[in-house]
Amino acid sequence: MPSLKDIKKRIGSVKNTQQITKAMKMVSAAKLRRAQEAAVAARPYAEKLQTVLANLARREEADAHPLLVQRGKGRALLVLMTADRGLCGGFNANVSKAAEQFIRSNEHGFEAIDLMITGRKGNEFLRNRLGENIVKVHENLAANLSYKTAALIGQEIVASFEEEKYDAVYLIYNAFQSAISQVVTLEQLLPIKPEGDLEEAGSTDYIYEPNRLEVLSQILPKMVEVQIFRGLLESNASEHGARMAAMDSASRNASEMIGKLTLQYNRARQAAITKELMEIISGSESIK
Amino acid sequence: MAEKLTLEMVTPYKKVLSLDVDEITAPGAMGELGLLPGHTPLLTTLKIGDLGYKQDGKTFHVAVNWGYLEVGDDKVTILVDTAEKADEIDLERAKAALGRAEEALKTLSQEDVDFAVMEAALQRALVRIKVAGER
Repeated sequence: MPSLKDIKKRIGSVKNTQQITKAMKMVSAAKLRRAQEAAVAARPYAEKLQTVLANLARREEADAHPLLVQRGKGRALLVLMTADRGLCGGFNANVSKAAEQFIRSNEHGFEAIDLMITGRKGNEFLRNRLGENIVKVHENLAANLSYKTAALIGQEIVASFEEEKYDAVYLIYNAFQSAISQVVTLEQLLPIKPEGDLEEAGSTDYIYEPNRLEVLSQILPKMVEVQIFRGLLESNASEHGARMAAMDSASRNASEMIGKLTLQYNRARQAAITKELMEIISGSESIK
Repeated sequence: MAEKLTLEMVTPYKKVLSLDVDEITAPGAMGELGLLPGHTPLLTTLKIGDLGYKQDGKTFHVAVNWGYLEVGDDKVTILVDTAEKADEIDLERAKAALGRAEEALKTLSQEDVDFAVMEAALQRALVRIKVAGER
């Protein structure tokens, strides 16, 4: 049975922890709002680009541009997006595990799959398991994420694809659903598969300036950049959402624990008082 | 009522414009182009330049960076890397950038990797100053 003083000390320490988790939750909530706005604001651009691209690619032969060509099953690259910091529940572990599984199961039958990671945590998680697959790690991206950073990564990927270093590029990240739900999502970055509504595209024939191929070759690399940018934004928003949820449940657990400890403390106090009373009474009885 | 064009301009960061206009002039890759309602469907890339649109007789200007423009059904969609309205431009900064770019270009030769970069910076600065002057 711990002494009164011990219990009191523990209550104090749990309270301190709770204060920290509460503060972290508030910080995450504020950051989440900003990250969410940024992610939502980026959507129209990506969607418009997708529609235009779908429009364009449907009129072209499948191999009109190097970035559209389906090549053999040589090397593939997987881009994994994680956070730089922990304390956000299963956020980093889930997506990292999914990446690990993708590489181990190798559904598409590639000869080898390399890994490019954004975020420190993904690297820490996979360094020991798949160290030899990791070719590049980008850290500290989320702090002040600009389109330029994403564009640079995108260009790097496009270049390695064009050099035929990789025959396919995939992207895995936490897509932002709501503040409490993130979905691990796998997308194919390269070769680009034009998707979109056939109906919406209609039958209008466009005039292209300077010409169709020129326009296509400008838009396709852009598409990769935009997808990276969007992935980073979504992953960032998801991270803050996940951290908020994790810190919320941590705060709740702390209050539960404080309740239990307080009960234990009161019981111990009561027991001590009863003991003292009994001693006094038996003492006075013996004098009579 | 006269017909109008629906103009939508988006950057990776946000939707910049979404409104009905009478006329648009854009810096196309093949040269300046003017758009009026009823234009044939068109898809073109844009250069760094000054994009103007006319609304109720007044002309507005936006400095745009690389992007492209799509016309279809009197709907104009413009996707650009950056877009700055005339009143958002920091003239001092643009002038400073212009000075820097000019200095750098003097020291670089045409074959340098940075030459194209600095030339683009120079163009951007020039466009900004021009657009800012027309507010």
